[in-house]
Amino acid sequence: MLDVRGLAVARGGVPVLEGVSFRLSAGAALVLRGPNGIGKTTLLRTIAGLQPALAGEVEAEAETLAYASHRDGIKATLTVAENLAFWAEVYGRTVPDDVWEAFDLHDLRDRMGGTLSAGQTRRLGLARLGVIGRRVLLLDEPTVSLDAASVRRFAGWLAERHLGAGGVAVIATHIDLGLDAPELDLTPYRADPHTATGGSDEAFL
Amino acid sequence: MRDLRLAIRAGGGFGLGLAFFLIVVVLVPFGVGPEREVLARIAPGILWVAALLAALLSLDRLFALDWEDGSLPLLATAPLPLEGVALAKAGAHWVTTGLPLTLAAPALGVLLNLPGPAFGPLTLSLALGTPALSAIGAFGAALTVGLRRGGLLLSLLVLPLYVPVLIFGAEAARRAAEGLPYATPVLMLAGLALGSLALMPFAAAVALRVNLR
Amino acid sequence: MSIWEYANPKKFNETTAPLVPWLFGAACLCLVVGLVWGFFGTPDAERFESTVKIIYLHVPSAMMAINAWAMMLVASLIWLIRRHHVSALAARAAAPVGLTMTLIALLTGAIWGQPMWGTWWAWDPRLTSFLILFLFYLGYMALWEAIDDPDTAADLTSVLCMVGSVFAILSRYAVNFWNQGLHQGASLSLDAEENVADVFWVPLLVCIAGFVLLFLALVLMRTRTEIAARRIRALEARARAVEARA
Repeated sequence: MLDVRGLAVARGGVPVLEGVSFRLSAGAALVLRGPNGIGKTTLLRTIAGLQPALAGEVEAEAETLAYASHRDGIKATLTVAENLAFWAEVYGRTVPDDVWEAFDLHDLRDRMGGTLSAGQTRRLGLARLGVIGRRVLLLDEPTVSLDAASVRRFAGWLAERHLGAGGVAVIATHIDLGLDAPELDLTPYRADPHTATGGSDEAFL
Repeated sequence: MRDLRLAIRAGGGFGLGLAFFLIVVVLVPFGVGPEREVLARIAPGILWVAALLAALLSLDRLFALDWEDGSLPLLATAPLPLEGVALAKAGAHWVTTGLPLTLAAPALGVLLNLPGPAFGPLTLSLALGTPALSAIGAFGAALTVGLRRGGLLLSLLVLPLYVPVLIFGAEAARRAAEGLPYATPVLMLAGLALGSLALMPFAAAVALRVNLR
Repeated sequence: MSIWEYANPKKFNETTAPLVPWLFGAACLCLVVGLVWGFFGTPDAERFESTVKIIYLHVPSAMMAINAWAMMLVASLIWLIRRHHVSALAARAAAPVGLTMTLIALLTGAIWGQPMWGTWWAWDPRLTSFLILFLFYLGYMALWEAIDDPDTAADLTSVLCMVGSVFAILSRYAVNFWNQGLHQGASLSLDAEENVADVFWVPLLVCIAGFVLLFLALVLMRTRTEIAARRIRALEARARAVEARA
């Protein structure tokens, strides 16, 4: 479902990772590991198509990718229900009923987005993933500001509703989600500053 | 359409541009004196310049909110084309700024002693010109979306681009005020508006993609 | 051997290094000859008296003000299509030169306009168009300065340059429509003899050549500076990357 071959990515014109390859079939997840600044976010953004790759290919079915960043894209002046309805509409869908239960948002339905706590906002941001119906999720630190119970709830949703239904996920995280998923340590893929090619500054060196 | 509703709800500052328009128009007689003939002469130009500045005022919020809360990369990866998003944003800006300005202009024209025959053409020229202002402004806002102090730069970038719209818009109202035929500037303005609406969303989307990289 | 080879910064630097002093020399020579000839070697025109001699500064700078923008547009397109860094940097380098040319054209125009029209400034279409061009240059340069990432800045300024070109032309027509002016028509065209007598025309051509050479020399020099700055930036980035890896 998602096939990444020999991907090289750059941040601010400087190559950070090269030769990243992996392949995920339906129902599989991959956890990205590595110290801060190694390029996890850059890698996810490149796979999502937000920035061009220096080299390599990303192969996925058309219109299956969804990217979730540190920030949730929650409008402060819309209610929780309206926020979800907006994203459902953007993707041409309706909000499924099980989302409220899965992300524990029942009591928050009519609260304004701006009045939510950081953890509640994050839950709403994750619930967006349950609404848009994309099968390949690219998650960047999905559990930031979540409490332990919410982390378990999210991991449960991911394992059962998403992966269980044949979805795929690439997750950059520092904590153990308790998923039965292989880990990919990015440290060996760190670009060698002396030999890496394709950076925008390359012609000037 | 859906983005329009959201932008209106999330945009805030619905009345701010309008209030600014009112204040500028009220300040002008204090500056130039209360003689009715002088005011009548400069009214079309003042109304147009004030409307243009009022439209400029809210431009920097066009994409900034979506940038801050992280919606922009999410929208960029959504099935909506970014060009459509830019057009919807420009549309939302027009509904919240250009349309109220157009509707309020005749009332403020009374304050400036705008000659009778100019009311219709002034409203018409604003109705045609403000969509162009919003579309061009969306491009400027897309260029400066990631910048910390983008607001001032945005004015510097957008105001020169507003020159043709201002000239044809104010010229139509001025000619009508002097009893001259005004069809030519109105047609030019309509052409400008259509051209801007057709092309600026593409330029804005290019700028947004570059800024999201 | 393709022309794009010169788009490599190193190759560009090597090629242009010996050119710059020659260009400066030739520009100085042309300007000195043209200006001295123009100021002291031509008779006073009947209608304009000696004030006409400011055309030896006014006309060439006005031409270069527009040509600099055209050059930036071409360089921006090359950057957007072929992604040659030197092209983007050349566009960046040309902007302040074009801005200065615009300023010279505006100032000499004002100085000339005072005795001729009795006013320093009139909202004449040509003058107004140049004022708008001046604003375009300011905005373009401000956008370059405001963005940290050089590639992002190059992309955004290129798009601005393209959109700005369209609107600059629109402004030109709009301004013509808005006010029929005092300014004489172009005094230099293919049938130039009809407008300006030969005695004035030849030194004017020399001055124009001088301004073109000066523009080229300044743009090459500034492009080389920009390339050096980018190289420093690239080396620093690599040093940081090496450090992070160690």
